[in-house]
Amino acid sequence: MTFAVILVAIVVISVLFHFLSPWQATPLASNWGSIDTTITITLVITGIFFVAIVLFMAYCVYKYKAVPGRRSEYRPENKKLEWWLIGITTVAICGLLAPGLIVYDDFVHVPPNAVEFEAVGEQWRWSYRLPGKDKTFGRTSVTRIDENNTFGIDPNDAAGQDDILIGGNQIHVLIDQPAKALLRSKDVLHDFYIPQFRAKMDLVPGQITYFWFTPTVLGTFDILCAEYCGIGHYNMRGQVVVDNAASYQKWLSSQTTFAEVLSGGTVEGLVEQGQRLASSRGCIACHSIDGSPSLGPGWLGLYGSQETLSDGSQVEVDGPYLIESVIDPAAKIVAGYPPVMVAYELSDEQLTSLVAYIASLSPDTDNPTSIQPSTKE
Amino acid sequence: MAYADDVENEELHEPTGFIWKYIWSQDHKVIAIQYASTAIFVGLIALVLSGMMRMQIGFPGSIDMDATAYYQAMTMHGMIMVIYLLTALFLGGFGNYLIPLMVGARDMVFPFVNMLSYWFYLVSVLVLLASFFVPGGPTGAGWTLYPPQAITAGTPGSEWGIILMLVSLIIFIIAATMGGLNYVTTVLQARTHGMTMFRMPLTVWGIFVATILALLAFPALFVSGLMMLLDQTIGTSFFMPDMMQFGSQLDYSGGSPILFQHLFWFFGHPEVYIVALPAFGLVSDLISIHARRSIFGYRMMVWAIVSIGVLSFVVWAHHMYVSGMNPYFGFFFATTTLVIAVPTALKVYNWLLTLWRGNIHLTVPMLFSLAFIVTFLVGGLTGLFLGNVVVDIPLSDTYFVVAHFHMVMGVAPILVVFGSIYHWYPKITGRMLHDGIGKLHFWITFLGTYLIYFPMHYLGFLGMPRRYYAYEDYPFIPDSAQSLNAFITVVAIVVGISQILFLFNMVYSYFKGAPSGGNPWRATSLEWLTPETPPKHGNWGPSLPVVHRWAYDYGVPGADLDYTPQTTSAEEVPVHENDHDE
Amino acid sequence: MLTQSTSVPFSASAGYFDQRSASAKTGLHLLMAAMSSMFFLFLLSYILRSQVPDWEALSEPWQPLAQTGQLWFNTALLVVASISLELARRSLRQSEPGHSRELLMLAGLSSIGFLVGQLVFWDFLTTRGFFADSNPANAFFFLLTGLHAVHLVGGLVAWIVATVRLGRQRRLPTNEGLALTRLSVELCATYWHFLLVVWMLLFALLSSSPGTYAAIAKFCGLGD
Repeated sequence: MTFAVILVAIVVISVLFHFLSPWQATPLASNWGSIDTTITITLVITGIFFVAIVLFMAYCVYKYKAVPGRRSEYRPENKKLEWWLIGITTVAICGLLAPGLIVYDDFVHVPPNAVEFEAVGEQWRWSYRLPGKDKTFGRTSVTRIDENNTFGIDPNDAAGQDDILIGGNQIHVLIDQPAKALLRSKDVLHDFYIPQFRAKMDLVPGQITYFWFTPTVLGTFDILCAEYCGIGHYNMRGQVVVDNAASYQKWLSSQTTFAEVLSGGTVEGLVEQGQRLASSRGCIACHSIDGSPSLGPGWLGLYGSQETLSDGSQVEVDGPYLIESVIDPAAKIVAGYPPVMVAYELSDEQLTSLVAYIASLSPDTDNPTSIQPSTKE
Repeated sequence: MAYADDVENEELHEPTGFIWKYIWSQDHKVIAIQYASTAIFVGLIALVLSGMMRMQIGFPGSIDMDATAYYQAMTMHGMIMVIYLLTALFLGGFGNYLIPLMVGARDMVFPFVNMLSYWFYLVSVLVLLASFFVPGGPTGAGWTLYPPQAITAGTPGSEWGIILMLVSLIIFIIAATMGGLNYVTTVLQARTHGMTMFRMPLTVWGIFVATILALLAFPALFVSGLMMLLDQTIGTSFFMPDMMQFGSQLDYSGGSPILFQHLFWFFGHPEVYIVALPAFGLVSDLISIHARRSIFGYRMMVWAIVSIGVLSFVVWAHHMYVSGMNPYFGFFFATTTLVIAVPTALKVYNWLLTLWRGNIHLTVPMLFSLAFIVTFLVGGLTGLFLGNVVVDIPLSDTYFVVAHFHMVMGVAPILVVFGSIYHWYPKITGRMLHDGIGKLHFWITFLGTYLIYFPMHYLGFLGMPRRYYAYEDYPFIPDSAQSLNAFITVVAIVVGISQILFLFNMVYSYFKGAPSGGNPWRATSLEWLTPETPPKHGNWGPSLPVVHRWAYDYGVPGADLDYTPQTTSAEEVPVHENDHDE
Repeated sequence: MLTQSTSVPFSASAGYFDQRSASAKTGLHLLMAAMSSMFFLFLLSYILRSQVPDWEALSEPWQPLAQTGQLWFNTALLVVASISLELARRSLRQSEPGHSRELLMLAGLSSIGFLVGQLVFWDFLTTRGFFADSNPANAFFFLLTGLHAVHLVGGLVAWIVATVRLGRQRRLPTNEGLALTRLSVELCATYWHFLLVVWMLLFALLSSSPGTYAAIAKFCGLGD
């Protein structure tokens, strides 16, 4: 009896939980409401089976509890019943599969009027590219990637000259315009996922993958990497900003083209350059940026603070100290950390950007770009 | 011809000496205990690792665990649980102990190879654990070990840890093959007189089909593991494409990360059925015996096990819907995946119909079996969400997936493991496990795991990604989600610690448990009919049992007892027409 | 090794030995099924990888496998081994051992010859700069021939057992000894034929032209 009651309670509580819990899908911000509908259909059908089966079980446990002297019914088979059950189950399965495949058919067929943008993933940040006025992307290859050509575009490909390059993790898209995301990875598998849009797809190094969506709500939405890509996976964030036509144009006009980069421009500001360096050189593998414990001293709130060294002395964390820690890490070891860091060779400009980035992780720094390094020894 | 004919004049050389009886033993019962103890030991390590992970997720910063350690714990937890605990325990533990006894054989057909199988398994475990002590620590690539990240610098253990992991897996595969040859061949060739295939208990069918899957599917893991090992050690490019790493170009080119995924999941999906099918078989027997009713639809149950086994080879890419593979594959795999739900559902109906009009004893094994049905139902139904390709797209790589696979692989089969141990412990030791502790252990484990994993699905609906060390300031995640995470962690720690009850029960009852006699559950299958309990070497004494009926004659009308052992002749109790001779 | 059992030694009863023999053969068939699964998956991977542009097929006119003479010679050695084992199996079916000892020896030596020949060819490749990590076609060549060789070495362990049993049987003939020796040789023969077929498939594939790979890839739906 108790067990039967508990089974009924499990059903009741589970169903109540479903309707009352605050943890439901985030509000939809794209055209993929059809996926939500398919999920609802699945919930209804599976929900019915769940409730029916567990209640039936509760009934059996209650009604057929062992009684001394009683025997079970000896009827080991009932082919007719089994075929009926197979039939009903098959119908239910078709009820799930049919809408699912219809919506999936939508998903694999990109609308002809979709506007393309490229999302480039690398450990552990996002950058983007638009095809420019000629609506054609320039050819890229990993072998062409270097400090000055971070997208690896072939400078001899005319189609690439007007490609618009966007660093800094954030991309803008136009509302109510179908967008086809072309996905490219420079290193390992990643996944471009925005919960409110419902759609996602892996980035695979060595090939270009894609998916499409139509944003339907203005606003800023987080991009989360959804394919494990190493220790920075949980921090590989970006944003998609859904704009109306006017804001989108405004944003677009302030972006840089590949041609401009080739002639000496930079894609990002100093802080973003530093951030890029910190991830591309693997600094953040050992120096956390979110306050969590890490192998080396964390950078959150570091700039401007006082650090205690292994010999007991105190030092203020400023630009010169940080630069010394990069090019000659053995000179000063912070107490409580192992002396395992190797020296890095970076240019003055790179060091400046790195310091600017670290400083940006402290609350009080006003203008990180004005910090000057002292001359290297 | 598959029966062991008259072997009356066979000599049984029982080994003497502690070493030959209990260490270098070729007796399937000893090997089973060796497998089970090693599996449970390494499973406890994985349980502790999961506790640490939950502390970090539920109470960030509460323990000294950085992202590196978190991902290493995540990887080792997953790999140990799936391969070194569940597979080894169901096949090497339950398979070894029960198959010869249930088919009426004296031992496995290749006892020497069977012994080697255990020692190879132990070596594979030691190699795996050694990865905790190498420079860089164990691999943190996730149990799925996807390239390129598994062998590149952004992932923990990409220098030495991954090598030890791959070597350990290769050794395990050799062990599993050696054991697997035994389990299948013993079922095919060493059944006692009268034991046709369709008179075998479903436990044997489940493990038998699962082992065939293992023999055909583990090679896929071997293939992918060996090629990844070569990519890592000698620099080939089987899976490694042109790629950068932290600003410099690596010396790989042309390889396909998706090829690895195809190979891995061609193994990986049958693997989950290698875990599930033995659980299905075991629980069928538990329900039948403790409800004192013949399993409903035995033949259909057998065909369901076989068809699930066959279909398990054509569903693998449902793990790859968002991998970037050819999108049209999604149509095919969604269909096959939902088709496999039909025989699986049939099994659930048949378990229920065994309870219907039964005579249900709520013993500890029965409690665990009923809990299995509930949790497997939830886990199986959520699988329908993920199998339906377009529904998988928002849910893939979120906590919905984590909740699904824990429910269907971690909770349901483990409940069967517990139920089975409570059930067969008397046969193995001659004593009963303590009933009160058993019930307490049951309630905490069942309700606790339900509380952990049922709500977790909703974090997936919300969109919380899996394999995240921390969730800082995501506007779409409400604070209440963090409270739920904390709640789940607390329940998980409680459930984890309460497994001490089970361990204590096993040790305590070995010395102080009530003597059980040979057949405390009044069951019909052969293992309960051995002349001694625990069974001695050679199992049956001077002569093998002779079987006259199937394994599920409970409540036969007109019989004196409510159970009719398989060895009871047709003259004493009529044989039901359902029972077909081969 | 498959038929050894120190805990439950077989008896003179024919029924029991039938079970042992049937079991050993079933075990071998299962093992061959698992090995076939492995080689099949490697071959699929091979076809898939061959479609990537950086593949330099070893069968192209300027590449080492344009001349397959050396490998054909090795193949002949393996064929000799298979034939010898088959003849040995048949001669043991009669009550007299016949030439089974010489045939068994020939099979072993021929197989060792094959392995040596493979190593010679590996050396031939590496001295000409064809290393495993220089190109995926090379990598697969070494991988596939290496795995085949490893499985042949495993077979040689069984061959040693068969040889020892045959020796014992000739010195001290018994009924059980004969049955056991027959079984050992039978298992070896089956396994060798299996490895020969696997080798022929590998050899055919490794020396095929890029056009053949493309055709197979297309057939399997793996083409571009």
